[in-house]
Amino acid sequence: MNETYPRYHACGDSGLLVEFGTVIDPSVHRQVMHVYRTLKAKNIGGVLDVVPAYASLLVQIDPWRISFERLRMEIDEVLADASGTEQEHAAEGRIVDIPVSYGGEDGPDLEEVCRYHGLSAKEVIALHTAPLYTVYMIGFTPGFPYLGGLDPRLITPRRTTPRKRVPAGSVGIADRQTGIYSIDSPGGWQLIGRTPLRLFDPKGKRPFLLEPGDRIRFVPILVHKEVPI
Amino acid sequence: MIRILEPGPFATVQDLGRYGYQDRGVPVSGAMDPLSLRVGNVLVGNDEGAAGIEITWGGFEAEFGEDGVFCLTGAQADARLNGAPIPFWNPLSVRKGDRVRIDTASVGARIYCCVAGGMDVPIVMGSRSTYVKAGFGGFEGRVLQRGDTLACGKPPYRPVPFIDPHWVPLWGEDVLVRCVFGPQADAFPEEILEIFGSSEYIVTSRSDRMGIALDGTPLAHRTGPDILSDGIVSGAVQVPGDGRPIVLMADRQTTGGYTKIATVIRSDIPRMAQVLPGYRIRFEAVDPSEARWLTLKEEFRFRRWVESVRSER
Repeated sequence: MNETYPRYHACGDSGLLVEFGTVIDPSVHRQVMHVYRTLKAKNIGGVLDVVPAYASLLVQIDPWRISFERLRMEIDEVLADASGTEQEHAAEGRIVDIPVSYGGEDGPDLEEVCRYHGLSAKEVIALHTAPLYTVYMIGFTPGFPYLGGLDPRLITPRRTTPRKRVPAGSVGIADRQTGIYSIDSPGGWQLIGRTPLRLFDPKGKRPFLLEPGDRIRFVPILVHKEVPI
Repeated sequence: MIRILEPGPFATVQDLGRYGYQDRGVPVSGAMDPLSLRVGNVLVGNDEGAAGIEITWGGFEAEFGEDGVFCLTGAQADARLNGAPIPFWNPLSVRKGDRVRIDTASVGARIYCCVAGGMDVPIVMGSRSTYVKAGFGGFEGRVLQRGDTLACGKPPYRPVPFIDPHWVPLWGEDVLVRCVFGPQADAFPEEILEIFGSSEYIVTSRSDRMGIALDGTPLAHRTGPDILSDGIVSGAVQVPGDGRPIVLMADRQTTGGYTKIATVIRSDIPRMAQVLPGYRIRFEAVDPSEARWLTLKEEFRFRRWVESVRSER
């Protein structure tokens, strides 16, 4: 671990932001995941929410029930247990397969992405389905995964005009990120496909398909006929 | 049971919010002004976290479908029960068929209607709060509409016959809120932090339950507005590229990629919740230990008051 990290930042009297770095990096994220999982499992009184991101962890508290000093002691205890990070290596998140139908109505921007890179649809789909992606964090909307691992050959700028409504399940690319829309919402990502899986079902027994730290694979289930391959 | 005759511009069912799911991207939601909801609940004999109706601006009318007790708190407005003026911050008995009507608020933005027993809507992921954007929680996951009928539960305590005037806030159009610098204050030069702490900001009409958008002297970043996305607490003052701050509130996204210059302290969140477009805001920086002390003092006082007035049914 870098000497200058982790850094602590107070968020008013409501939370403590623990910063592990400032870059998207698998080893930094593993530290985030380790502290996130351990704090969640500890179920500390007064900790309302633990929110992992690419390189930081936000711990939201009820100041009536816990102080920052006490919380820092708890976090330091987790960090001191260095072997934990090693265990994290062994017990990385689940692997979840996401079936995707690429192109056509499901992925209206696939052609644009192909044109932008001078690749065929087949090549784009192959590049997009090859990696094992990591769910770095979940945010934007309930259940929306921010995925790390996009092939640099697929880095594509956002659409100049965002769409007013992107249907849930749409798989998109924005700059160096790829992700899946979890609810119908406005959005500016380049849509290349769509999964029939529900990422968020508030009334379901398990409302979320994914959790931070999971790894996912996109599996092509159908390529629309109108896509020239 | 209560039937909505006129919901006004944006009325939703809210409790004290949905915690425990922000790591899955689920916003906390809940009452924008949690203190007004808590006090209203205590006054009608509910647990402080029972669900009530959050009414924006006023223009609200409802009919009670059974005998009961209700109380209005929050913004200042004229209200009538069957045509006769009624006070806020005061629990009132109603009979089946009685009608309450709330005019547009004169000062403040959000009114809470607490009914003894609370709004008995389904609990979704641990809360009765409505999150309209994703269409779940509260009453059918949406804003209330004319004709909606909401069931009420059974209150655990007796109504409180009087209120400590301390809990009746005085809202105003000039609002001072205290904040702690950070988590990304270092993204701004020293002179910008001074400008932030000494300027007046005007509330714009782009404000909603997600955030209060302000206009005023732009806050220029050292290098740029973007950071690697991180989690966001209620009251975070986000500064995007145009330098105009937005105070993030109940329906804020769980994570975001803009710098946050400061965070409004918990005990001043209710004041932020009660601002309307055109109101003027000043930020006063305090250190984290002072912020904590202010919150604990307020909370201790609230709890002592509740203990002193509460009686079992």
